[in-house]
Amino acid sequence: MIDRGVTCKELVELVTDYLEGDLPPSERVRFELHISICEDCTTYLDQMRATIAAVGRLPAESIPPTSRDELLRAFRDWHEH
Amino acid sequence: MAVPVERSASTAVPVDLSDDAAVIAALRAGHEPTFAALIDRWSSAMLRVALLHVSSRAVAEEVVQDAWMGVVRGISRFEGRSSLRTWVFRIVTNLSKTRGVREARSIPLSAVHDERDHAATVDADRFLDASHRWGHDWARPPREWAPEDSLLSKETGDVIRRAIDELGPRQRAVITLRDEQGFTSKEVCATLGLSEANQRVLLHRARAAVRARLEEYMDRRLVTR
Repeated sequence: MIDRGVTCKELVELVTDYLEGDLPPSERVRFELHISICEDCTTYLDQMRATIAAVGRLPAESIPPTSRDELLRAFRDWHEH
Repeated sequence: MAVPVERSASTAVPVDLSDDAAVIAALRAGHEPTFAALIDRWSSAMLRVALLHVSSRAVAEEVVQDAWMGVVRGISRFEGRSSLRTWVFRIVTNLSKTRGVREARSIPLSAVHDERDHAATVDADRFLDASHRWGHDWARPPREWAPEDSLLSKETGDVIRRAIDELGPRQRAVITLRDEQGFTSKEVCATLGLSEANQRVLLHRARAAVRARLEEYMDRRLVTR
């Protein structure tokens, strides 16, 4: 059996450390070794990346329009007086 | 970078929100579109930070409102020792902590039990058990998602938004600041008073939970198509 560095079950818990660049060098090598030969974990890693990107593209939710108007009025008043 | 405040103050377009010096100058000059753009960009994340310390959404909304008033009044004295964003979110944190104490319902961050920090983020039954020859390999591996653009739909956005809303307050605040607002991990730690290690664990759990919800949604679409 080929030594795949880490198991799939372990790898999914290391994904964030890996993406954050926080894995110690030896573990990063084992992580990348596993990824290079495991399609399923590659898919998992891709999906985590896609998820992060998708969260970054969420449209912003503002505050209720009445509160927003109130703040803008206060901002105007503050600068006029 | 200096900005022509006179001109920007007279235009209806907000200045580049990633340019702190320009934003600060615009706010000081009373440039309303810039203030409006900041409100729209940061308020939902501010609300999530406030919800770490106060018990209801209504109180959190008041805190966000008060924080913005604090920005209006305080921007002329802001010395720029931190980024504008860090300063604004610190105001939110301070106000919501004060409110939380006054409500006597403050939830100490360390006492929040809604997030099991050590449980696996992927269901154990998706892996072969240890007795198997290929123990801890995938038993039910993730299926590839449709091309990237399927993640851009309004419906997918709603799935993600719901998934984030269902997270515990700490995970929700961390993923909102990091992945939605683009804070660095240092900024998140400073804003939420978390250690780097703690921040990373919360981020990992939050991202994994959102991925899992997206996976359910994507798999359902595969079946129904």
